[in-house]
Formats: sequence, structure tokens, C-alpha cells
Amino acid sequence: MPSYVDPSKCDGCKGGDKTACMYVCPNDLMVLNVEEMKAYNQEPDACWECYSCVKICPQGAIFVRGYDDFVPMGGQVHPLRSSDSIMWTVKFRNGNQKRFKFPIRTTAEGAANAYVGQNGADLDSEKLFLESDLPSPN
Amino acid sequence: MALPNKPKGELKAVVDPEIVEHDVDILIVGGGMAACGAAFEIKKWAPADMKIVLVDKACLERSGAVAQGLSAINTYIGENKIEDYVKMVRNDLMGVVREDLIYDLGRHVDESVKLFEEWGLPVWKRAEDGGNLDGSKPAPTLREGGAPVRTGKWQIMINGESYKCIVAEPAATALGADNIFERIFIVKMLLDKNTPNRIAGAVGFSTRENKVHVFRCKSAMVACGGGVNIFRPRSTGEGKGRAWYPVWNAGSTYTMCAQVGATLTMMENRFTPSRFKDGYGPVGAWFLLFKAKVQNGLGEFYAGGDAAKAELSKYMPYGASAVTPTCLRNHLMINELKEGRGPIYMATDVALGAFMDEKKAAGMDEKDLKKFWKHLESEAWEDFLDMSVGQAGLWAGANIEPEKIGSEIMPTEPYMLGSHSGCCGIWTSGPNEDWVPDVGADKGRSHQYKWGYNRMTTVDGLFTAGDGVGASGHKFSSGSHAEGRIVAKQMVKFVRDHADFQPELKQSAQELADELYAPVRRYHEFVGASTAADVNPNYCKPAGLMMRLMKATDEYGGGVATYYMTSGKLLNICLDLLELLREDAAKMAAGDLHELLRCWENYHRIWCVETHIRHIEFRKESRYPGFYYRSDFPNIDDENWKCFVNSTYNPDTEEWKCEKVDCINIVETEPWI
Repeated sequence: MPSYVDPSKCDGCKGGDKTACMYVCPNDLMVLNVEEMKAYNQEPDACWECYSCVKICPQGAIFVRGYDDFVPMGGQVHPLRSSDSIMWTVKFRNGNQKRFKFPIRTTAEGAANAYVGQNGADLDSEKLFLESDLPSPN
Repeated sequence: MALPNKPKGELKAVVDPEIVEHDVDILIVGGGMAACGAAFEIKKWAPADMKIVLVDKACLERSGAVAQGLSAINTYIGENKIEDYVKMVRNDLMGVVREDLIYDLGRHVDESVKLFEEWGLPVWKRAEDGGNLDGSKPAPTLREGGAPVRTGKWQIMINGESYKCIVAEPAATALGADNIFERIFIVKMLLDKNTPNRIAGAVGFSTRENKVHVFRCKSAMVACGGGVNIFRPRSTGEGKGRAWYPVWNAGSTYTMCAQVGATLTMMENRFTPSRFKDGYGPVGAWFLLFKAKVQNGLGEFYAGGDAAKAELSKYMPYGASAVTPTCLRNHLMINELKEGRGPIYMATDVALGAFMDEKKAAGMDEKDLKKFWKHLESEAWEDFLDMSVGQAGLWAGANIEPEKIGSEIMPTEPYMLGSHSGCCGIWTSGPNEDWVPDVGADKGRSHQYKWGYNRMTTVDGLFTAGDGVGASGHKFSSGSHAEGRIVAKQMVKFVRDHADFQPELKQSAQELADELYAPVRRYHEFVGASTAADVNPNYCKPAGLMMRLMKATDEYGGGVATYYMTSGKLLNICLDLLELLREDAAKMAAGDLHELLRCWENYHRIWCVETHIRHIEFRKESRYPGFYYRSDFPNIDDENWKCFVNSTYNPDTEEWKCEKVDCINIVETEPWI
């Protein structure tokens, strides 16, 4: 289900140092054409439809169209992701629509504790940071 | 009209890239769950002046197998015994596993899960009335003794859309932004010039600018996932991207470690999951949470029938377990399909209907029933929307509502991996503790279970985790993270113990850059020989070569074309084809940086598959019925083959050696389960 870019919405992230979709795509598919200042999916048959580009696009310019070798046309699944939840709209080929909202995170972005500056005690044991005594098999 | 023979893509490749050299103490290659675990843990043990760098071919917040998200964490020991976890894994993987590695993982994995929750991952909890609370509702945490929602014995449910983003965050904070290099694809690990069998560095290139990066290091971890698009997929058009496992996993872990001489183990193992047809959506929650069953084309729930029981009884002790091993479940399904009793359907309608009937029978009123249904429906869709949106898209396109109609299930094309229900990978040391068998010292590390540093490969200073560690499956996301944490500490210890070592590479930085950019030079040398971009007598393009690879493995190596059947004769034809492929891979051409990425992924794929075929050929039995079959040795032969197959490539002589290695049980075998 390759992602595609709506040219009327994409502004190429204004040519900043990071075009969001290009920054995030795990498979190096989204690229910016600097002349047109628009992004596109350069290899649709390598798209995992992971929706990373759709979720991150600040303009809401990226959508997904079902793989043309097995998905009948007309349906669409589209998310709206906020800092703590995601809202999915599932539009069926027959026009029916469903909406689902799920939590995605219980802490503020940036708040995950990396325990910076704290150290473990004994480098020669198998115990990892925060772990107490380890069992061995019976 | 412009002729089409020009470089594709936006980032053109030049013949003389800039070379950047880096000196670091520890190099983490990869950015998935294992790498993030290592990045977090390593700062707890490393001295402040130790230079640690992580190199990811994508971007950390959405790289690896968890990029899209997950709806469950499949390994959480919790109230269970670690010994029972070992028993489950060894039975699912047909008896040939490293129980020391599995046990060790089992004692570290829960701490990773507790950290995830603390970092912000919503974990479902069991409410006092027995219902399910999503992870945003107030409830005691796992660390506080909160009860997760179990689906099966080992899995817990999460709201996991942002799972990877959450896990990447503390990893990035710990290492510091300056020590995380994104969009650099490491393609070769490098040995030391002076000390034999010693890792000393790695080389890769940027996919954003024309730069080759050469790293010198004292220790390294390679954790770049498994192998995908190595067998011809069922969907060969646009849908080729809808692989079950992430399509960007190109077998790099196995190839890069094997090429410097790291011993591989159980590369004959593959994973051929049965998933919803075409969309490859997950079936775990449908089986375990919603208690759905599979029907054949005659409407029979064949898996519980007498014929299935009789078939399973041929594979004892493995077939006797309450939860049938994954490969044998496939085997039963494939038998139905081969007999013409397809298609196989997951009876989602029956399962959801049963939930509603149960509530009605218990006297639930209409209003509450409606509310209950809304919750149930939401849980069912979240399973796809968290981790396989494409399956939801297929249902939307085909007007499928799971409460009204079932959906077809199909065994997919084969994948190679070591963290899910598969166990191919690299042979590593277990923990340096008394309970780990002390054997094989006279025969060398490829026969030993421990040599000082937990999860170190047979190459000094080279570690792996996640999909990389072989003979130890069922780690999944949480276990891969925990394994990365194990490795982190061991690498610090290794560097401390070898403080005098100064890495020196065998090749010059320029020689390495020339090798990496060879496809670009070939492109520029020969592009004028044709008016078409991809048709040229002097070179091949990576997209075409990948199709050639997948056709060879599919037809001769037991892919979907033959219902996973192969034989010694077919395997040797496959090896011949792969040899030609390897020769022609040296003729790949790249006009832009994206194509250069694809070229090197293909080198990795070809090597990775070759080890797989070589191992299947060596093992004269069919250890995993339902994953692959050898027509010449169709049975499991525990008497002769209940052992590991390990293989080692000698980088000096360029020869392979395959050998049998003893498989030792650590956890009791009576009872087996």
C-alpha cells in the first residue's frame, strides 16, 4: 500500500534541513525534489506501508493508496497522531466509515528516563543496571 | 525528448566520494530494539571517556522491525518460571536450541518491559471486573505488581503505535545526539591487521551525501535484523513491499559477521509465518485473545480433528504439546492446501459472535452489549492498526467487517530471522557462569558454549543480539532489547580487559571507498552503452538482480512455488545459480545513492541465502516440516540430527566449513514440556 504525496498540500517542509518524510522513512523511499519543492515516494513497490511518513507529515500531505496488485480501490486508512493518542479513520470501498482512537504514550515527549549519570556496580557480574540477584536454572 | 538513461532518484552519486575516518571505542551497528537496548545500557557501565557511536541506516525513532509499532509484547515472563519459557522455545523450535542463551534471556527480559512502561509505553491491564483496561487508564504498573492482559502464556497486550519512538528516546538521550549517526549504511565489518580473528572496524556510506565512513573500533555489535525479500514473495508487484517482516532487513547481520569469520548456527532454520492473506496482518491476537479457529474450504476446523492428531503423533515429542510448534501448525495447513481442501479461513465471525453470545447468555442488556461490542471491535482493529495498517487497508478496500465474514490465511514466503519464531543466526558465547556447559575446548569456539564474554561471536570483540544470535528464538521485541543490554555490558568489559589494543585496518580508507563505490563507477563508465536506464550489456541494476535471486531460491530452495519442497539435487542447482549471481553482483551499477543502498543490500541478501541453502543441504533430514521439506530426507531424524549445524567462512582461504555440534539440554527433559 504505497504512500503518495498530495502536491497541493506538500510544501517540501520549506526546504528546511529536514524534510520530515525523508527524515523518517525506514526504507529510504521518500525524497524531496528541490526544484518543485515537493516530496515523493521513489520506490512504491518497496513500501512497507508503515505509515511513518503519513504520521510525521506536518502538512497532512501524505496518504496511502492500496497496493494495486491486490487491494480493490476506494478504501482508505488515515491517521491523525497527537502527542498522546492516535485517531484512525477507516473508509471502506462501500462508503462506510469507522473511527478508532488509541493511546500511544503515557509520558510527555522527551521525558523517558535514560538514568543519565547513574552507573552500575559490578562490571564482572551478569547483572544489568537496575537488576537484583539473577537466578540460575534448576 | 530526453532519453531515459539517466541516474534515477534525487541524490546523484559521484565517482569520488569524500572519505571520513572515525576512531571510536565501541561501535553499535543497527538501530532497532537490540541497538536501542545497548545504547541505553552501555552508558551505565562505560567510563565517561569511552567513545561509543551508534550507526543506523535509517532514523532511530522509526527504524527496525518495530518501526510501525506492535500490538503486543510477546515475551514477558512475569508469573511464569523461566524454565518453562525454555521448554516452550525448545519445543517450538523442534528441540535444537541453545538453552543457556534462552534461559539467560528469560532472566533479563522483564526488566526491559518494565523500563518500556516507565518510559511511556501504554500496557493493557486486567481490571478488577476481569475486563481489559487500555494502557492509558490508571492502574498499578508492572513494576508495582499490576496485572497485564495476557494473551497466551507469554504475551501481553500494549497500545504500541509509538513503541519504537518511546524506546529510541532514552537510547538517544543516553548516547547523545552527536554519537548517533543516521542514514549511514554499514556494509562491511573489518578485521585487525595485526591480531588474527579480531574485529577492528567497519565501513559504510551515507545515503544522503557522497561520503564513505571508515570506523576503527575496539569492539562492535552488529544487530541489523533478519533477512527479507530473499525468497520470491507471493505478491510480486507493488505488494512486494508488504513483506511480513520489515522489507529493509536485508540479511546484513548474518552476512557481515560471516564474512569476517564468525561462526553461524542453524541457518537452515527459516520462518514461514501463516498470516492473513496478502495484507500479512498478525494472527496472534485472533488466535489467543479472540480464541478464533481456522477452517478449511469444507468448513472443517481441521486443526483439532483426529487426522491432525494422527499427523502430529509422527513428530514426537514435539507434536504432543498443548500449543503445537509453529512449523507443525503450518504443516497441517499445507496438507489441507495440497489436498485441495483450501482455502483456509480464520473464522473471525464465529469468534467475535461467540463473545457476544456469551455476554447475552450472561444476561447483559442491549445498551451494555452495544458498549461491549464497540470495545471488542476497537480491540480487533487496533491489532492491525498498531502493527500492520496495510491489512486494515485491505479489509477497507474489500469491504470486510470481521464480525460478518472470516478472512483467508496463507503461509507466506520464507524469512530468515533469529528473534521471532525462528532461530537462524550467529553462534555466540553464553554467560560465563558455572551452569553453562563447559565443553568443546579441544575443538574450538564453534563447539563451545562459553568463551568469556556473553553474546560474543567467535570473532574477538564482535558481538551480536536480537535477530543476530542464533539457536535462541522467541525473544521478540522485548527480548531483543534485553539482549542488546546484555551485550552492552559485555562490550565495556571486553574493552576494559583489552586496554592495550589499538585497532589497525588491513585496507586503506581509499581502498575501502573504492570497493563501496564500485557500482557508481561502473554506472558512469558504461551508462552510454544503451539508451535505456536499466538495460545495459555491461551492468545489471539491483532491482533486477533481486528478482533473479528470489526466483532461484523460490524454485530450487523450497519456496512457495513448490510448497516449500526441495531436495539435495535442487539445492545444489540453487547453489550453482547463487555462485553465478555472486559473480554478477560484482557488476551491479548505481546512478544515485538510493540505488547504491540497494546494491549493497543485495550483496548481503545473496550471501545470507547462500548460507541458508548450504545448511539445508548439509542437514540430511527435514527438521522443520511446514517451514521446508527435503524430498530425499522427508522425516525428522533425531538419532542423527538432533544437533546444531554450524558453519564458518574462512576469510583468508574463502572456504566454508559445515559441522555438526552437540546440542546439550540444561533444563529437564522429563517431562519434555
